[in-house]
Amino acid sequence: MTDDTHAPVPYRTFILIWLALLILTAITVAVSRVDLGALNVWVALGVASIKSSLVIFFFMHLRQESRLFKLGLLVMLMILAVFIGMTFLDVLYRGAM
Amino acid sequence: MSIEHRDDTGARFGMWLFLYTEVILFSGLFILYAVALSKFPQDYAVASHKLNVWFGGANTLVLLTSSLTIALAVSAIQMGRKKQCLTLCWVTIGLAIVFLINKFFEWSAEISHGIYPGSEQLAAMGPGVTSFFNLYYFTAGLHGLHVLIGASLIAVVAVMTAQDKVTPERYTLLENSALYWHLFDLVWIFLFPLYYLIL
Repeated sequence: MTDDTHAPVPYRTFILIWLALLILTAITVAVSRVDLGALNVWVALGVASIKSSLVIFFFMHLRQESRLFKLGLLVMLMILAVFIGMTFLDVLYRGAM
Repeated sequence: MSIEHRDDTGARFGMWLFLYTEVILFSGLFILYAVALSKFPQDYAVASHKLNVWFGGANTLVLLTSSLTIALAVSAIQMGRKKQCLTLCWVTIGLAIVFLINKFFEWSAEISHGIYPGSEQLAAMGPGVTSFFNLYYFTAGLHGLHVLIGASLIAVVAVMTAQDKVTPERYTLLENSALYWHLFDLVWIFLFPLYYLIL
């Protein structure tokens, strides 16, 4: 029974994470107004990934879950990487024909 | 005395597995976006400028805050604060409604400018801009639909909490609904910079 439920996360932790998410959103908007060329999209994706990890590990309690849950996330991300990688292997080399 | 089968960890893991399938669903749309962006980089910048950053930004704040309130609701029920938990659930649903109202005004403004799938004005702007807005309407529409489902789910669970069917000892239903809610906050975290913020 004790293994089945988590200890409650204090309100303070969640509020701090929320503040961090707001700051990161402000950073995304600020950086998007500066012309970095193709780098813009990578910065946007990088900040979005940091925000996602905060949501996943804290708000979604992944930090408190067992290794199985974390492994599941990793497997899903790997499937996603293959999905994206294979698509671009096709799309990027179509012009070479 | 009946023996009840109960596995909270299993229920949560099942929810996570379901959420992975949702990620794969949305990733298909994001991959289409990535392929089209690499094909029409200029058109995508032009099209992105037609979106209103203020609507998108406001909705980002609304969703991030609603994620906070539902996360707090889970902590509240764990600590046995039923009243606080209920308040936080209703605030989350209120924020979901604000999100959808925002979306309504945003889309109304765009549609009145002739920007909607199948519009001749949109087709005249070329294939790049057209693909941007078709993907935008589809992805944001699917996201909005999920927000509607998530808010309904939270409303049902809030009523069950009020009836003491969700308790501090047994709150997996609330936790799983919260997980679902957080996932669509996640989707929006990627959707917002990719659609609204291209320079």
